[in-house]
Amino acid sequence: MYKPVILPIDWSMIAPVVLVAMVGIIALCIEMARPKKNNNLIVGFTLAGLAVAAIAILVQFDMDSYRIGETLSGMVTRDRFSLTMQLLVVISAFLSVLFSEGYLREKRIPFGEFYPILCWSAVGAMVMVATQNLLMIFLGLEVLSISLYVLAGMSRSENKSEESALKYLLLGAFASGFLLYGIAFLYGGSGSIHLDTIRQSWAVGNSGSHMLLLFGLGLVLIGLGFKSSLVPFHMWTPDVYQGAPTNVTAFMAAGSKIGAIAALWRVLDAMGMMQQYWMPAMFWIAILTMTVGNLIALGQKDVKRVLGYSSIAHAGYILVGILAHVREPMKIGSDTVSYYLLSYALMTIGAFAVITLSARAGKEGTKFGDVQGLWHRAPLAAGSLIVFMASLIGIPPTSGFIGKLLIFKDAMAADLAPLAFVLAVNSIISVYYYLGILRSMFVVDEEGEYVRNSAMNNGLKSACVICMVGIFGAAIFFSPLMQLFGTR
Amino acid sequence: MQTEQFWSTYGGILLLVGVAAVLCGAMVTLSWVLGPKKLTPYKASPYECGVAPVGDAKERFPIKFYLVAIVFILFDIEVVFLWPWMTVFKNSTDLQFMITSFTSFALYMLTFIVGYVYVIRVGAIDWDETTSLEPAKLGLEPVEGDSNSPEVSSLPAVGVTA
Repeated sequence: MYKPVILPIDWSMIAPVVLVAMVGIIALCIEMARPKKNNNLIVGFTLAGLAVAAIAILVQFDMDSYRIGETLSGMVTRDRFSLTMQLLVVISAFLSVLFSEGYLREKRIPFGEFYPILCWSAVGAMVMVATQNLLMIFLGLEVLSISLYVLAGMSRSENKSEESALKYLLLGAFASGFLLYGIAFLYGGSGSIHLDTIRQSWAVGNSGSHMLLLFGLGLVLIGLGFKSSLVPFHMWTPDVYQGAPTNVTAFMAAGSKIGAIAALWRVLDAMGMMQQYWMPAMFWIAILTMTVGNLIALGQKDVKRVLGYSSIAHAGYILVGILAHVREPMKIGSDTVSYYLLSYALMTIGAFAVITLSARAGKEGTKFGDVQGLWHRAPLAAGSLIVFMASLIGIPPTSGFIGKLLIFKDAMAADLAPLAFVLAVNSIISVYYYLGILRSMFVVDEEGEYVRNSAMNNGLKSACVICMVGIFGAAIFFSPLMQLFGTR
Repeated sequence: MQTEQFWSTYGGILLLVGVAAVLCGAMVTLSWVLGPKKLTPYKASPYECGVAPVGDAKERFPIKFYLVAIVFILFDIEVVFLWPWMTVFKNSTDLQFMITSFTSFALYMLTFIVGYVYVIRVGAIDWDETTSLEPAKLGLEPVEGDSNSPEVSSLPAVGVTA
């Protein structure tokens, strides 16, 4: 007779993920039961739930010798990196929810479903960053992406939104195919979908399995490169960012990118031994990503597109940090990447939050002209936008500067001086278009009239303030943060 | 030696791929080159169970077909998970296993039920077009004093060809 075995499960490891998923489900129940006019209860519940999830993650940081380990038969991994990344995802989701309600109302799409779907999207990203199992990475990626496809097309009367959802779906499905096919080859070459086993199988493998592993790795990198919008696979980014509702774009740019970059970090980290084969390719991809992202951003007329290209460039900067880690795994830890992603999430979400102000009466206005005169209408938003842009450029008192400095330092230490050089040059190029956004913010056109925007609301105000404080705070409390992120 | 091992492991399947490619390629190419081509309009028309084709294939039809399909797949998958669990549960005598697995499965099904209630509530499987195609739901501006706006009433009904 079959005797079932119940494996012991360390529930604390998956508690944050379960919490966020439950928050989504309960938020959906509230949505079904609510008086139709008002989303406030859902927003409040979602924010509270995400805060609790963040605490559930932070508590695990606090353990004396934090228990690195796996549960559910190696499906879930807990280490400093996974905890940090989960925390970043939750923070991104929290901030995106914070400023969403006013914007959704202004755009006449106040669907309560936004909040549960965003939570589930965050669940996907959290699953993805806390595992060493390739199939779990794939599963997380799909949960993350499918939710985002829906959210991108949420503004149903707008052609751009529909277009962005369809583009994202088709290209995303294509990339998922690559990723899954690559995983199949890695499995074929190593007999496992666990990254640790794959790492070991390279050491003992023969030329046949090496071929399979390399081919599989190439396909996996294409899939993940698409999601983190590295350059040859970046085409979807500006279109999708522009078309999707701005609050969705904010989460897409931060949460989805954190998930993809974390998965990329894990895969490349595990494949460190075969870096002689893939390092040249990733080296050039990093150069291309930084340069192309910045150069194309120079000619853009739409603020969201500019930020889309800027997010491509930032993915390139982060890739330099990852490559430096893989070259010198003993000397350089994951803390650089973690720190950069934290400051990137804060400044990107903040910037998109300010851009939501230019939507009014159901219409999206994100051209440079639409932010004209923002300084006169909403000084707080405009002031915080200055901070976000300064941080995106990398001007000293902000965390963006420190993040770039860390990556620069790592790249030099790992003998990747050309990448460090390209990074520095690109930071200078990027000044032009970031300042372009700021300039149009101060300009008032000849008649002294400027476009009327929607009003500030409390959610947006607090999102701006939190992001601003976070950017300076991350710069001031630099060393405690780096200690928290740990080396691994 | 390693190369030999590679060929002995994967040689067979590579050979199979090669043979299949050559064989299929040859069959398709040869029949295309050698075969007689007497095309009549009747022959070129698509085959629809022997009945003469009517209308255009590029026709709009309600999105509810897809919604029903999605809901069906979800519950299909639920049954796929339900089946092996039930088989084990039926023959089990271990009380702890029974309680644990029953609770977790009940929770799992609960999420589906929440989803199903939601589906019903938003009218995703509501086939009455006067309610399900309400302009406000489609994101269109509602027309005053007319529940069926022109866009809506011009949609072809199910099964009616133009």
